[in-house]
Amino acid sequence: MAELLPQQQVEHFKAKAAAIAHPMELVVDVLRAIQDHHGWVPDEGVELAAKILGTSPLKVEEIATFYDKIYRQPVGKRVIHVCDSICCWTREAEQIYAYLQQKLGIAPGETTADGVFTLLPSCCLGACGKAPALMIGLNTYGHLTREKVDEILAKERSTVKT
Amino acid sequence: MTQTPQLLFKNRRPGETAFLQEYLKTGGYQGLKKALKTLTPAEVVDAVKASGLRGRGGAGFSTGMKWSFFPADQPGEKYLVCNGDEMEPGTYKDRELLMADPHQLVEGMIIAAYALQAPVGYIFIRYAYEQCSKNLERAIAEAKQAGFLGQDILGSNYSLELHVHRSAGRYILGEETALLNGLEGRRPNPRSKPPFPAQRGLFGKPTTVNNVETLANVSHIITGGPEWYANLARSPKGAGTKLFGLSGHLERTECFELPVGIPLREVIEEYGGGVRGGRRFKACLPGGASTPYLTGAHLDVAMDFDPLAEVKSRLGTACVTVFDETTCMVAATLNLNRFFARESCGWCTPCRDGLPLVNWLLEKIERGEGTLEDIEMLKDQQRNISGRAFCALAEGAMGPVGSLLRLFMDEIEDHVRKGRCPLRS
Repeated sequence: MAELLPQQQVEHFKAKAAAIAHPMELVVDVLRAIQDHHGWVPDEGVELAAKILGTSPLKVEEIATFYDKIYRQPVGKRVIHVCDSICCWTREAEQIYAYLQQKLGIAPGETTADGVFTLLPSCCLGACGKAPALMIGLNTYGHLTREKVDEILAKERSTVKT
Repeated sequence: MTQTPQLLFKNRRPGETAFLQEYLKTGGYQGLKKALKTLTPAEVVDAVKASGLRGRGGAGFSTGMKWSFFPADQPGEKYLVCNGDEMEPGTYKDRELLMADPHQLVEGMIIAAYALQAPVGYIFIRYAYEQCSKNLERAIAEAKQAGFLGQDILGSNYSLELHVHRSAGRYILGEETALLNGLEGRRPNPRSKPPFPAQRGLFGKPTTVNNVETLANVSHIITGGPEWYANLARSPKGAGTKLFGLSGHLERTECFELPVGIPLREVIEEYGGGVRGGRRFKACLPGGASTPYLTGAHLDVAMDFDPLAEVKSRLGTACVTVFDETTCMVAATLNLNRFFARESCGWCTPCRDGLPLVNWLLEKIERGEGTLEDIEMLKDQQRNISGRAFCALAEGAMGPVGSLLRLFMDEIEDHVRKGRCPLRS
């Protein structure tokens, strides 16, 4: 298994946790850092976070399984969150979602064979004025059309290190 | 189109963010100076109360009143928390505000925290708003550098630390007690109330939670005075301006700052450019996914808390989602209810089990397989879930369902009679 978090970051979080009265307030930051580095949060990541924060893995697991942007299973290098909430629904998001599935050859929840993209439904992305919208990593894309989806996928694919 | 004074959006430029220099040029931090140098904390609370400001996060409780419940005189740990977990479908106004002018929130929070005598503040930001988090971090650093934040602010002997907390997705975090659990690093189920956060909130200490837009209004109230602020509204009991994020079947789906009390018709026709493609208006959600539908009969209602309550809906976040004549309202409600069912934290039975049952009934009706008994069961569920859940999520989910049953019964029955969705070919 690849490194979960660089030692320097582990030390940074340990120092921060030691300096504050309530170290658990950092739990989402630590899980996000592990995910940013490792791609997702395996059991060992939950254990590492617990060690950094001085708590039990169970306490961390309660958090890790609650949030939909923390991945407890392997995902592709880029996770596509497609908004299926009401504003995107009024502006043909279902068709965009179907197009993405067809273009990538995967169903929601699956990862492309090359390991680049995972497709997931998402609740509102707060981009209702630019519906339909999707988010890849921390980038939000709106006013989607099929052509725009093609461009976004090409752009995101080009940023993935092979 | 009547020109509205722009407070929150006065520094808004397309694709740009106003940071300290630009903020100062348009009167930034004057409210803070006035508050810290000329007003006591209690006088700040009184000014906010007198302004008539009501919470902009959806519930619409009087902000000054909420602050007056806070034990500001009690020494020790106390917290001001800003709720930036904007995840209600249709609502994106806080993102627009933080993208345009993050210092307004920072200044508003410093004044609010001074009023509450809270030495620490947290800004809780949803996962999808990373750029907003970065804007706030820069604004906080700039404010510190300029002496508006940190130790002994402007020589007032008042000190404040502000932290940005990034979340990781889930609508329930917008519920204030779930948000507090989330900030503490606990599983973010809502907490039982009482005790209310003003007594026992973050880390067990007195806490006030306010929305981004609510806090951003505070400096304008202090600078312009409560009476001036209250008079910005068009409705007699309303106060101030409001951000309206438009979405759905409109020509222009943008965010505007408009007076509280502006008629819905004007919002839709003047600012939204009317229904897309020249189609007819059928319905709208006036303030986010949890607000009961309005129809063409309600177009002249004033977009204010009380007038909307009179027509059995809510101002909510004032983010309007419009549906044109081709929309199947059963399908729209199904979409909304799926959201709420998926976002339920699962803590209590009416929400965890009730919302999936409502989904099942709506799906059945929409497919044309529903019966008159299913409609009765839907009515039962709506009644049974409303007011019986642990927090407001399920109650909010029943807003659209209740109004579907009240306003579109013909359309529901048409599905049953025809054995298919009447609006789909």
